[in-house]
Amino acid sequence: MRTLRFLLQKEFRQIFRDPSILRVIFIMPVFQLLILPWAADYEVKNIQLSVVDHDHSNYSRRLIGKITSSGYFKLEDYNNSYPNALYDIEKDKADLILEIPAFFEKNLVNQNESTLFMAINAINGVKANLGGAYLGSIIQDYNREIRLKWIQFPRFSPETTIEIESSNWYNPQMNYKYFMVPGILVILVTLVGSFLASLNIVKEKEIGTIEQINVTPVKKYQFILGKLIPFWILGLTILSIGLLIARLAYGIIPSGSFLTIYVFAAVYLLAVLGLGLLISTYTSTQQQAMLISFFLMMIFILLGGLYTSIDSMPVWAQWITKFNPVTYFIEVMRMVILKGSGLGDIKRHLLIVLGFAVFLNGWAVVSYRKRA
Amino acid sequence: MSGEKVIMVDGLTKRFGAFTAVDAISFEVNKGEIFGFLGANGAGKTTAMRMLCGLSMPTSGKARVAGYDVYQENEKIKRNIGYMSQKFSLYEDLTVKENIRFYAGIYGKSDHFIKEKTAVILKQLFLEKEANKLVGSLPPGWKQKLAFSVAIFHEPQIVFLDEPTGGVDPVTRREFWKMIYEAAEAGITVFVTTHYMDEAEYCSRVCIMVDGRIDALDTPQALKKSFNTASMDDVFIKLARKAVRTGD
Repeated sequence: MRTLRFLLQKEFRQIFRDPSILRVIFIMPVFQLLILPWAADYEVKNIQLSVVDHDHSNYSRRLIGKITSSGYFKLEDYNNSYPNALYDIEKDKADLILEIPAFFEKNLVNQNESTLFMAINAINGVKANLGGAYLGSIIQDYNREIRLKWIQFPRFSPETTIEIESSNWYNPQMNYKYFMVPGILVILVTLVGSFLASLNIVKEKEIGTIEQINVTPVKKYQFILGKLIPFWILGLTILSIGLLIARLAYGIIPSGSFLTIYVFAAVYLLAVLGLGLLISTYTSTQQQAMLISFFLMMIFILLGGLYTSIDSMPVWAQWITKFNPVTYFIEVMRMVILKGSGLGDIKRHLLIVLGFAVFLNGWAVVSYRKRA
Repeated sequence: MSGEKVIMVDGLTKRFGAFTAVDAISFEVNKGEIFGFLGANGAGKTTAMRMLCGLSMPTSGKARVAGYDVYQENEKIKRNIGYMSQKFSLYEDLTVKENIRFYAGIYGKSDHFIKEKTAVILKQLFLEKEANKLVGSLPPGWKQKLAFSVAIFHEPQIVFLDEPTGGVDPVTRREFWKMIYEAAEAGITVFVTTHYMDEAEYCSRVCIMVDGRIDALDTPQALKKSFNTASMDDVFIKLARKAVRTGD
C-alpha cells in the first residue's frame, strides 16, 4: 500500500506539472464540446438549388416561392436551359436541379396533371438524399394546396388518404445536440482513458525510467495500479466537466440519475484503461502508440454509433460494433440522458463492458513483463 | 578482501534467436570489490549486467546475486541491488527531493530514514540549494552524481553501473569515481561497465569481454604484466582487435 502511495504521488505530480497534459485534459474537452455538436448536425440546410423554368407562369413562380421559403433551399441560379443548370452542378455550384417544363400550368389546369423533373448531385450522399426528399415533400404539399383550391365543395374527399401524425419520444424537438453531446463526451473520456494512459507508460519506456522501476521491488500490480488509478480519476473528471458543459451550454440535464452514468463510466474506464495498458505493452515508442491509437479511434468512432445509426449498418458491421466498447457507452449515455434509464435497464451493457475490462486488463497484465 | 562472494556466475548464456549475445561466461565477484566490466560496443556487457539485475532472463547457465538465484529469486535480488542504466533514469519533471523520496519510498524505506539520509546526500552533493529544483534543470554532471546517489540510497549490497560516466566531463568523472570509492568503502560491491580505460585502472579487478565471452579477468596490474603493456588501453586494444562482431 505504501509503495502504491509513492507511485500515485509521483504520477499526480507529473500530471499536474505537465502543461500539455493539463491542456489536453481541461481545455480540449471544453472546446470540443462547445464546437463539435454544432458541426455534427444531421439536418441538411443550404441546399443549392438551380431552377430551370420553361413555363414562367403564375404556378411555377408560386412553386419556386414555396420551395425557397422553406428555409432548406437556396436559390442559386434561375436558368432557362437544362444544360446551363447541369453546368452549375458540374461546377459544384448546385446540388439540385428542378426543371419545370413548358406548359406546366396549362397542363395542370387542362389535363389535371403535369410533370416536374429533378436532377440531384449525389456526390454528397446525405445532402442528395435529404435534399431530394425535402423537395419531394414540398412539391407534394404544393400539389395538395392546388387540389384543395380546385375542389370547390370538398365535403368529402373523393380519395381516401391516410394522414400520419407522429410524436418524437425522448427528444420531442429532435434536437441533435441532445443526441450528439453525450456521444462526443464518450469519445473524449475514451481518449483520455486509453490513449493518455498508454502514452504515459510508453514515455517511461522511452526515457528509460521504466527499467529503473523494473529493478526495484515494485510489483507488477503496484506499477499497473499506479498508472491506472490516476487516469481513472482523470477520466471521471473529464466526464464531470463534460456533463457540466452539456448543462451550461446546451441545457442538457440527464433524465436519469448521475449515479447510473458514473457507475457505468467507472467500469467503462477500467475497460479503456486496460486497452491503453495493452497498447503500451506492445509498443516501445510514443509514436507507435499514437499510430495504433489513431487507427483504433477511427474504428471506435465510425463503428460506435456516434454519427451513423448502428441499426442501419450491414449485419457483419453490426457484429463488429459489438466488440467496440464505445458502442455501449454511447448507447448508455443516450439512454440515461434522454430516456432516463436506470441501472436495471443498462445491466446488460454494464456486464458486457465489465467483461471487456476483465479481458483487456487480464491480457495486459499477462503480457506486461518486468523481465525480458 | 573478505573472500565472501556476492556474485557467482557459471556458464551464463543469453541468446536472441540465433545470436549469442553472452556466451557461457563465468566469474565471481567478492564483497566490497570494484569489479570493472570492459568491452567494445556490442560485446555483451549490458546484456550480462541486465541478466544479473533480473531485467533479462538468461537462456542457460547459473548465476547467484547477493546469495539469490537469478531464475527463482529475482524479486529478492532486486531488494538488495542498486542499478544505474546507460540512459539517465531520474524523472526530469520531479525535483531533486521528490526523486530521492520516490525511489527510496518504493524500496520501502521509512519516512524518517528518507528524511535524514536525504539531508546528508544533498549536503554531500552540494545540492542543498537545488533540492526543490526540477532535475531536468540540473547540469548533466550533477544529474549523473545524483542518479548514483539515488541508486545506492537504499543501501544495497551491490550496485550495478552501466557506463555511468558516458558523456561526462573529466572533472565530474573524477568526482564520480570518488563517490564509487566511498560506496565501496561503505561495503557496497560495485559492478561497473565502462569504455574508459583509465577508469579500468581504478577497479579492483577487471574482466574484458570480447564477442560475448570473457577473454581476460584479473587485477589491472596483473593484466598489464601478462600482456606486457604499459597501460590498460593497450591490453584492451590487443584483445578487442580479435573481435569479429562490430559495434552495435
